[in-house]
This record gives sequence, C-alpha cells and structure tokens, in this order.
Amino acid sequence: MEELNLFVKSIFIDNMIFAYFLGMCSFLAVSKNVKTAFGLGLAVTFMLVVTVPLNYLLDTYVLQPGALTWLSPSLAGVDLSFLGLIMFIAVIASATQLVEMAVEKFAPALYNQLGIFLPLIAVNCAILGGALFMQQRDLGSVWSATVYGAGSGVGWFLAIVGLAAIRERIAYSHIPAPLRGVGITFIITGLMGIAFMSFMGIKL
Amino acid sequence: MLSKQNKEVLFNPFSKDNPVLVQILGICSTLAVTAKLEPAIVMGMSVIAVMAFSNVIISLIRSTIPTTIRIIVQLVVVAALVIVVQQFLIAYDYDVSRQLSVFIGLIITNCILMGRLEAFALNNRPWPSFLDGIGNGLGYTIILVIVAFFRELLGSGTLFGYQVIPQFCYDHGYMNNGLMILPPMALITVACIIWVHRARNKDLQEK
Repeated sequence: MEELNLFVKSIFIDNMIFAYFLGMCSFLAVSKNVKTAFGLGLAVTFMLVVTVPLNYLLDTYVLQPGALTWLSPSLAGVDLSFLGLIMFIAVIASATQLVEMAVEKFAPALYNQLGIFLPLIAVNCAILGGALFMQQRDLGSVWSATVYGAGSGVGWFLAIVGLAAIRERIAYSHIPAPLRGVGITFIITGLMGIAFMSFMGIKL
Repeated sequence: MLSKQNKEVLFNPFSKDNPVLVQILGICSTLAVTAKLEPAIVMGMSVIAVMAFSNVIISLIRSTIPTTIRIIVQLVVVAALVIVVQQFLIAYDYDVSRQLSVFIGLIITNCILMGRLEAFALNNRPWPSFLDGIGNGLGYTIILVIVAFFRELLGSGTLFGYQVIPQFCYDHGYMNNGLMILPPMALITVACIIWVHRARNKDLQEK
C-alpha cells in the first residue's frame, strides 16, 4: 500500500517536470510532436526504472557513511558519500550504453522508435535527479526505489506527451511573433505546472 | 589576449547568443533556484567556475580523446569539478548549499556545459575556450539574476533577504504575490524575458 502511495505521489505531486523542472531541455526540445515525445517519454521512464534501484544499491552498500561494514567491520568508519555524483553519473552513462545495446539486440522495433534519444538520456537531468532525490529521501528498500523511479518516469512521460499534444494544436494559432516557438512553450508549461499544483498538499 | 574574435566569444553569450534565451540550454536549474537572489547568484558563480575550467580541461585534452567515449570523458571531468564546487560550498556557505540541495549536483547534467564542451571546447584552443566558458556562464547568470530579482521582489517583497517594500504598503493592503515563489511562475517570468528579448532582436523570432 505504501508503495502505491509513493507511486501516485511521484507521478502527480512530486512531478519531475512541474515540481522540480528536471529534464527541461529535452522536454522543450523534443515536444514538437506526439510521436517522438512518446518515444522519449518511454525511454526516460525505462531508464529511471533501471538506474534508480541500481543507484540505490550503490548508495546503500558502498557510498553511505559506514555502508561498507558488510565487507569487513573495520570499514565502518569509511564515508564515501562525496563520490556520490561521479558514481551516479558513471552508473547512468554505462547503464544507458548497456540498455542501448540490449534494446538494439532484443527489441529492434523499439530501438528504431527511440532512435537517437537513448544515448542522449545519459545527460538528461531527470535521470540524475531521480538518483539524487532517491538519496535525499531515504527510501526504505530497493523495491520502493524502483517504484519511485517508475512513478517519476510515468510523471515525466505524461507531462511530455501532454505538452506535445498541446503544441500540435497551437501550431495554427495566432501568437505574437516574439513569443512564437520557445516563448509560448514556456508559458504553456507554466500553466500546466499551475494545473498540476492542484495536487499539492494532498496527503496520501 | 583579447582579439576581436575572442571578444565576440566572450560577449556574444550575453545577449545575441544567450545560452538560456536563445540556445534554450540549462533551463532546469534556471527555474529551480531562482526563488531568491542569493542562491541564484551562488548557482551562477558555481556554473561559471565549472564551465570555464571544464572547457579548458577538455580543450587541453581534445586531441587525445577518442570520439566514441568523449561523452563519458566529458561527464567525468565535469563531475569531478562539480564535486570540488560542492565540497567548497558545504565548507564555506552551508545554508545556501542546503537551499540549492540537489541542484549543485545537477550542474553535471546542465545542458549548457555539455553543449559548450561539444560545440566549442572540442574544436578550440584553451584560451578561447576559457573565455567561452566565462561568457556563457555569465550569460546564464544574468538571466538567473533577472528572474530571481523579480521573483523575490514580487513574491516576498525582499531583495537578498532584506525588506524592500516598506511596511506602510502592507498596512494599506499590499500583499506579496505568493504565486511568484512557486515554480511555475519561473517559467512564465522566463517567457516574458524571452518576449522582451525577441521583440528587441527581430532576427531571433521564429517563422
């Protein structure tokens, strides 16, 4: 039950895009049409589901103060947490590479659909953000970390598909020239964010 | 030292080639840290530092990096510099480093960094790369400061934490606009800046 709450919470209340602005660059750049937005959304969700639990394990068993006790009791005083960032980004970059190879081998159709987005995900802030927030929140177990990753991914997915759909619709609207393109996209995202804020304060 | 070309590299990012307004890079942190001026400035300075030095380092080793693994090399260089900045902030400005929370870490994936490393540092000598880093970092900081200025002034009535809007305004019914502190208004503030900027620079308008 608790996991379900976490899932819903990370989709709506702590939405990666509207509450924390993570993954904004690709969010704005790749939301011109629904089809590509769909592909990128899938890829991001997938990578979050894979990397958040991996980074959780890394954090719990290697990086946290005293985390190396399982190796030998004499290592109880070791604190590697300052290496967190570099380890997380290494895990993410290599996981991206592995996933790319696996998807290419076993699901060529999906691979073609995702195309160039898979490698670009290594530098998507939403993925690293997922790892860092996971660390900040002290999730209890690998399972909750996976659920958290999945929820954040689905939230990101919904947001980008929604924005892409709106952008397709406004293509023919009369917009003041300086606002065309990027400007109006920012405003739409802002308004969507205000709408998403209606979920704030909901206690699950 | 500052030839005409180098000057362009340094000053273009302020307006004509601004990383936030024109290249649309590094949006995440622009929006997240601008509710108050102080963290915005600290963030801007951190980005300038990381960017200038990562540009120089990548530019120095540019001919030895195999292209296939260049992204990982870039990430490692940037991550190492960000860790230095993070530890420095924790040591000297603990409160602000708490406020910025994960966003210092997210400098690693700040697209401005990767964008400039890919587009400039990989093909240029160290000194112009250094200037390019400083210029783009400053261009980014300027936007951060403008957004934070309006958000803090209208949202909390303060600047750098000092009360700016006099008490008698509040006595006569003035209220802080709480919406300005919330994240979505950052997007709309940036949109307004883009609007003004593109209205003045007609060649940047789309279609």
